[in-house]
Amino acid sequence: MPSRDDIKFLSNPKIGQRNKKYCRFRKYGIKHIDYKDPDFLKQFINEQGKILPRRITGNSLKYQKKVATAVKRARHLAMLPYVADLLK
Amino acid sequence: MNQYEVTFIVDPVLSGDEINATAQSYVDHLQAEKCKIVHVDEMGLKQLAYPINRKTTGVYYCVEFTCESGVVIEKLELAFRRDERIMRFLSVRLDKYGVKYNEDKRNGLIGKVQEKKKKVAKEVRKEVKREKKEAKKEVKQEVKQEQKEVKKDLKQEPAQAKAATVATETATAEEE
Repeated sequence: MPSRDDIKFLSNPKIGQRNKKYCRFRKYGIKHIDYKDPDFLKQFINEQGKILPRRITGNSLKYQKKVATAVKRARHLAMLPYVADLLK
Repeated sequence: MNQYEVTFIVDPVLSGDEINATAQSYVDHLQAEKCKIVHVDEMGLKQLAYPINRKTTGVYYCVEFTCESGVVIEKLELAFRRDERIMRFLSVRLDKYGVKYNEDKRNGLIGKVQEKKKKVAKEVRKEVKREKKEAKKEVKQEVKQEQKEVKKDLKQEPAQAKAATVATETATAEEE
């Protein structure tokens, strides 16, 4: 009989135990989102420069709206692209 | 009293003095309208994310000021629109969090802290990598040196032989 340590799992047993998403602005108390900080805003856009939805970023509605306006302002000032390919 | 923030991009084709002069002219314009200038941030020459008027770079300026009414903004924006040297502009009213954020940023509380943490982590990682690389290199170099020495030994023998033949040839040539 093999002991418990000898058992090798075919698939990773930790799959499915995903960490719960959270709103980073709520958690760390960030109140203002700066549109002049493109490196920070790049966390909320995909490779094509589109704004990521709330279901992926985990932002609360209040801060998702602020993120969206900040990204749009940054686009106007050419700090972020309107359309892009392979941004990241 | 509201606090506003105006960001604008100046044409980089102008000379350095002209760029400074244009930015200064708008600061003066605001001061003439009885606005209190809180801070003028020269963000400098930056790469644009997309070309504007066939230019790929721009000089960014950010002026923060307080004033009683927003009538100033309209005049300022009209001036911006009429000015060919300004490529883009954006004026925003700051809420109390924005004011605090900008103050903190000026005092170096925001951004730098995060960067430092990241940088420290990165540097540590880099150092670890470097050490690994160096260790590998040393090992490789040792191996190479050994190989070279072996090769040299092999090469030196025929080289000496060649040298000898050349010497004899030259000697014969001189004799003739």
